[in-house]
Amino acid sequence: MPDADSRHGPLDPAPDAGWTDARPRMGFFTDTSVCIGCKACEVACKEWNDVPGSGLDLLGMSYDNTGALTANSWRHVAFVEQPRPAAPAAGALPGASAAAGPQFLGMPGARPPGRDTGAQTRSDFRWLMMSDVCKHCTHAACLDVCPTGSLFRTEFGTVVVQEDICNGCGYCISACPYGVIDQRRGDGRAWKCTLCYDRLGAGLTPACAQACPTESIQYGPLDELRERAAHRVATLHERGVPQARLYGHDPTDGVGGDGAFFLLLDEPEVYGLPPDPVVTTRDLPRMWKRAGLAALAMAAAAVAAFVGGSS
Amino acid sequence: MSAPHRPVGDRFRRYRTGRGGGEQLTVPPAEFTSYYGRPVLKPPVWKWDIAAYLFTGGLAAGSSLLAAGGQLTGRPALRRAGRVTSLAAVTASAYFLVNDLGRPARFHHMLRVAKPTSPMSVGTWILTVFGPAAGVAAVAEAAPWLPERGALGVGRRLLPGVGRAAGLVAAATAPALATYTGVLLADTAVPSWHEAYPELPAIFAGSALASGAGVGLLAAPCAQAGPARRMAVAGAALELWGAHRVETRLGLLSEPYRTGAPGRLLRAGRTLTAAGVLGALAGRRSRLLSGLSGAALLAASVATRFGIFHGGVASARDPKYTVVPQRARVDRRAAQG
Repeated sequence: MPDADSRHGPLDPAPDAGWTDARPRMGFFTDTSVCIGCKACEVACKEWNDVPGSGLDLLGMSYDNTGALTANSWRHVAFVEQPRPAAPAAGALPGASAAAGPQFLGMPGARPPGRDTGAQTRSDFRWLMMSDVCKHCTHAACLDVCPTGSLFRTEFGTVVVQEDICNGCGYCISACPYGVIDQRRGDGRAWKCTLCYDRLGAGLTPACAQACPTESIQYGPLDELRERAAHRVATLHERGVPQARLYGHDPTDGVGGDGAFFLLLDEPEVYGLPPDPVVTTRDLPRMWKRAGLAALAMAAAAVAAFVGGSS
Repeated sequence: MSAPHRPVGDRFRRYRTGRGGGEQLTVPPAEFTSYYGRPVLKPPVWKWDIAAYLFTGGLAAGSSLLAAGGQLTGRPALRRAGRVTSLAAVTASAYFLVNDLGRPARFHHMLRVAKPTSPMSVGTWILTVFGPAAGVAAVAEAAPWLPERGALGVGRRLLPGVGRAAGLVAAATAPALATYTGVLLADTAVPSWHEAYPELPAIFAGSALASGAGVGLLAAPCAQAGPARRMAVAGAALELWGAHRVETRLGLLSEPYRTGAPGRLLRAGRTLTAAGVLGALAGRRSRLLSGLSGAALLAASVATRFGIFHGGVASARDPKYTVVPQRARVDRRAAQG
């Protein structure tokens, strides 16, 4: 049931934010089934947006040394490296494949894995790759809780931080249910993907989508992307990939659907995404009510303490 | 072939199992999947300043209520102690809040907007009303030191009245100042804060009352400290009830409040609160015992605030607390069709 309340319930964010000349809502559809993990998106984003380097981090867990979306990585290519077949065995539950978690495959060597150990010790493994990005939620918690108005909704329905206003209070960082927005060290302000707001205004494609060699990252009007994504999932299911699923496409989910959504090949938590994110402001009216009750109790206790007698 | 590797994610996990003095966990270790055990959420970037602010803000609110009560019922010692403490605490609050910003020089950008969806914005405006009122009320206490003649003499005559009005404004704002911080923490994606939203304002209200009462017990002679004792009992009851609820009601999300450093802080807070209340009730005629119990109540408030703060931070650092409850929710929905 659509709800007119902008903190939860489907609606079109740009007109709701007061844009009288709102453009069609633009977004990303990231199809991880064709991602080859080249990280061109990470690099293109850094180049265009002049995002500083994160330093040399060797995380010692996989070929992913970016690790997460941070203030200095507005795109992050996750590498899920697991010694198990990409497709679940016949009859297996969809969620069962995720039970063991990612595993260490050893340092990459000069020879193919398993060459020296005999055929018996070899295991099949899968590489799931996923280029993660700010979700540009329909009900964006970061935007709702920002006390300076630094975060704003653009005419394209995306969410952008004004870097000359942000005073680094950090509230948006704790409010984001996806763990996207982050404080930059040595700078103090919060930073995240702008969906290349400057390029959009000039009618260009965002840098990451422009650089993606496999069209894993697709940019366009959100309605069109959702249609395209549904079609792609149907195709994959037909071709015998039953685990393909969309994430963040549903306008009735906890954040009103994402402006950037994904086609995944396993459960969201395998990729480090929350399985059921909810906009933090959904419970806010009840929170204020509880605070009001507590405040009344406090006032009543203080009054009672003073009228209760003289001893 | 070397020995089989443990999943690398183990290195990133921060399970607290096996620590915390052999305490038995009632929640079994949860099976879940994550991306190499890395956190899903960004842990709060707030430093200890914010935990300290939670205490000083509560203390300012509690002591301004004490001051207003003292003012209205003719207990000058309570009034004076409450007003002075309130000003000191609210000044410290402002320092902690500004100091915790990534760009402290831009703190005034908070005053660009007023947003009910942002508890931090609401809190900024509450402080903007409360701070000057508490300040004027405290400054009015200096009126008797002013000379009787000249320009300052006018101040000497006018200040007490202005101070009385300001003290009442501060007291009227105080309950909001003490309880909005509960919403401030709850309105985040931090699992153990968000799910505790019904209790956090009650804990903070109780803790604020108890710390305000602590100031009264420390500063006022026994003849005037009666209301402070009753305030201590009410505050402690509210605080203990709320803390007990968040430590037991939230299932897996109660775990961060019971284990590790936050667990130790909350246990210390509980012990100190109980000791403070008992001391306050037993020490009706003893200035020393009253003072000690006042100090215990103040220390309890510090411990409780830091415990709640760090419990939430711990819940954001471990992906278990994000993934397991959400996965359970998804599975429940799927089971219902």
